[in-house]
Order: sequence, then structure tokens, then C-alpha cells
Amino acid sequence: MRELDVEQVKETVSDLCVQANYHLPGDVLEVLQRAADEEEESPVGREVLELIIDNAETAADEKMPICQDTGSAVIFLDIGQDVHFVGGDLEEAINRGVAEGYERGYLRKSMTEDPFERDNTGDNTPAIIHTQIVPGDQVKIALAPKGGGAENMSAARGLTPADGPDGVKDFVVDTVSSAGSNPCPPIVVGVGVGSTLEKAVLLAKKSLLRPLRQPHPREHIAELERQTLAAVNDLGIGPQGLGGRTTALAVHIEPHSSHIASLLAAVNIQCHAARHAEAIL
Amino acid sequence: MEKQIAAPLTDRDIESLEAGDKVLINGVIYTGRDAAHKRLVETLERGEDLPVDLQGQIIYYVGPCPAKPGDPIGSAGPTTSGRMDVYTPTMLEVGLRGMIGKGNRSDEVVEAIKEYKGVYLLAIGGAGALLAKCVNKAEVVAYEELGPEAIFRLEVEDFPVVVGVDAAGNDIYVKGREEYAR
Repeated sequence: MRELDVEQVKETVSDLCVQANYHLPGDVLEVLQRAADEEEESPVGREVLELIIDNAETAADEKMPICQDTGSAVIFLDIGQDVHFVGGDLEEAINRGVAEGYERGYLRKSMTEDPFERDNTGDNTPAIIHTQIVPGDQVKIALAPKGGGAENMSAARGLTPADGPDGVKDFVVDTVSSAGSNPCPPIVVGVGVGSTLEKAVLLAKKSLLRPLRQPHPREHIAELERQTLAAVNDLGIGPQGLGGRTTALAVHIEPHSSHIASLLAAVNIQCHAARHAEAIL
Repeated sequence: MEKQIAAPLTDRDIESLEAGDKVLINGVIYTGRDAAHKRLVETLERGEDLPVDLQGQIIYYVGPCPAKPGDPIGSAGPTTSGRMDVYTPTMLEVGLRGMIGKGNRSDEVVEAIKEYKGVYLLAIGGAGALLAKCVNKAEVVAYEELGPEAIFRLEVEDFPVVVGVDAAGNDIYVKGREEYAR
């Protein structure tokens, strides 16, 4: 059994909050550049893509947030089953890390205490924490700040087994179409398929952490990803919704075993500021 | 080529703008998003005066990041405008003429823009670091307790926007999407 002090978790979470909000991952920048150089047909669309890249470079150089919506602090914890946390309450330590990171990084505090009364908690806590117990004695912490504008455009639906891959594709296209310019396109579309409602939604969010455009290892899923991306980009919404070819940078689909009666599908929409950072303790 | 306009807006400036035009704004604008709009409309419903005179003004839908020492403001890009749709016709009725945000507006808002001769302007969503550089001064003028949702008075220089909905009701999102859909 390996002992791990929760203070170390706190420090790491604090660093990840700042890092994720200042630095757009390299794979996202690469795909944006490819879209600007080779894929986008609209002159305005290309201009917008160049500005988005310029913005990300400015943020990194000047140590400031890429976007003022520094998000809900969504945290995925993969905890090795041979780890024993010591020194205090793990969840409380994570929240202290978020509070510290958002304060010292000059990040916006966007969380409200109650969904109706809406008083700001003042320190961007609570974090949204998803834990998974895995083999081993390490802890992986992935932090993905999630902006409200794109999250609001996400959706889940219960399809029938007969709807099949085309049903999933149509649902994704409908969701992206009605979101239009709202979620800051070009977007990344995370899709969870199968399982139960809450699992499908979680898989959709988790798929956003996959390196951008890395296809799913199962060929028929990868094929559905390609087809869905092409259909989404035929909508013409384009960068910032001003018209163009690049409505989405990627579609990532995560399938899961399903009940004989069900075909659940969830779509999590991510804006072009597809921020995430991770560390292993 | 970009057009230059001064803020607050004149009727003449507004009439000169067409959906799709690139515009640089110079002057004074105010921030306001969900919570501030709710309070402004509730203030009007009680028959009280607003904390800010909105005649000819532009409201920028933004909740900025805190400023680092020495900077006027932190990252400051637009938020999704549609959430303000329910309040916007009332704002236009009491004198607001311009809005800066991102994303679609409702039919009611487009009608109100036509009726009161206003304009909806788009800033690039997610370009908060670049847009912050166009702000020379920021001060809270109302609702300080709302934190990032307070109303700030901003002095902006060459603040870049695209005309989203012009005073005649033309919508760039509709036009842009039609051109590239297939």
C-alpha cells in the first residue's frame, strides 16, 4: 500500500488549474492550424481561425487565460487501488487546490452555490469530480475547465436499437445544428453511446480528453466518427457561426455495452478552447 | 476594410452599419450579463431609475477575469447572448442601442432591434486574451457584489466586432450558414 498525502493532490490540482487555462494543448493548436491552412474554404472562417490561434499564443506568452470563461473545474481522478490517501479529506483537498489555483492564476470564479439563488461561491468550488478505481499505486489527475456556453448546448437522448449508427449520427447533427453559433465553433463533439443515461453522458465528456482526431480503435466506430464529422461540417455553420466548412474540429465517439432494449446517446459539446491538463502522482 | 465607430452610438452610425461589416469601436461601453440584466429589469419594474443611463449605449455581454496587477482587466471575451434575449427588448425600450456578444438572437430580439433601430455586434468567442488588449480602463459602476457579473464601465480602443444583426434586421448567421451548407 502506497501512502499519498492529500496536500500533494492539492498542490497538483492548483497547478493544473493555471496550466490548463493558460495553455491550449498542442494537438488542438495543430488541428486549428490545419483547418486554417488546408480545410477552411471561407475567407472569414480562415481569418477567425487565425485569430483563435493568435489568441492562444498571446495567452501562453502573457500568462493569462485563453478565455474569460475559465470554466467549472471538471476533474477526472484515476486512483490506483494500492494507494492510501493520508493527511486529510481528499475531496476537500481537491477543492482547496481549485480555490488556490483560480485565485493565484487570476482565473474567473464562475460557480454558484445554488442553481436558483445563484450566489457566487467566490472561489470556483466545488470542483466536479469523477473518480475511478484502477489497478496500480499511482493517481492520475486530469483537469478540464469547462465553459458554460458550450456545456449548455449538450444533450442526451434515448434512441432505439433499430436507430443504429445513423440514428446516433442524426442526433449529433441535430444537436450541433440547433446549437448553431452559440457554443463557440469550431467545436469538439464528444459522444457517449450505449450503457445507461448517466454513463453515456460521462463517456461523452471523457471522450473530449482523447488526443484530437485520434480515431477510436474499433474500425466501425472510427468510421462513424468520420461520417458524423463530415455531416456536421456540411451544416455550414463554420468558425464562430459566420459560415464555413469548419464547424467541428473532431467527433470522438465512446461506445459501451448496452441493455437489449436501449441505445442511449449523449453529446457533450466543447468549444474550440478545448482545455485540459493532467499529471500523475 | 474596417469601419470606425464611436461609443456611445449615434443614430447615424447605427444606420451606416450592415450585417457582416467589420467594425472597430472606440469610446465607452458597459458590461452586463445574466445577473446584471435581471437586476436592471427588476429595477425598471419597480419604477426606479437604473444605476447607468443607457441612452445610446452599448452593453458588452462579458464576465471578465480578474485583472493582474498593472493590467486594466483580465481575459474578456463575449458570452452567449441568447440568455439575455428575455431582457433585451426592455433594454432597447429604455434607450440601449448596441449589444456585443456571440451567438444567435431570438426573433423577438431581432424585431426589437428593428423597432428601436439598434444593432447587435459580434466579438470572437474564446478570444478573451486578445480582446482584453483593446480595453484601456475598467471600473465597476454597479452591482460590485456580483463579482464578474458586476456592471463595468470600459474604455475601449479599436475593439474589433462584426455586425451580427443590423438595424434593418439582417442576420449574418443566417446568411453565412446558407452560403456554406450542403
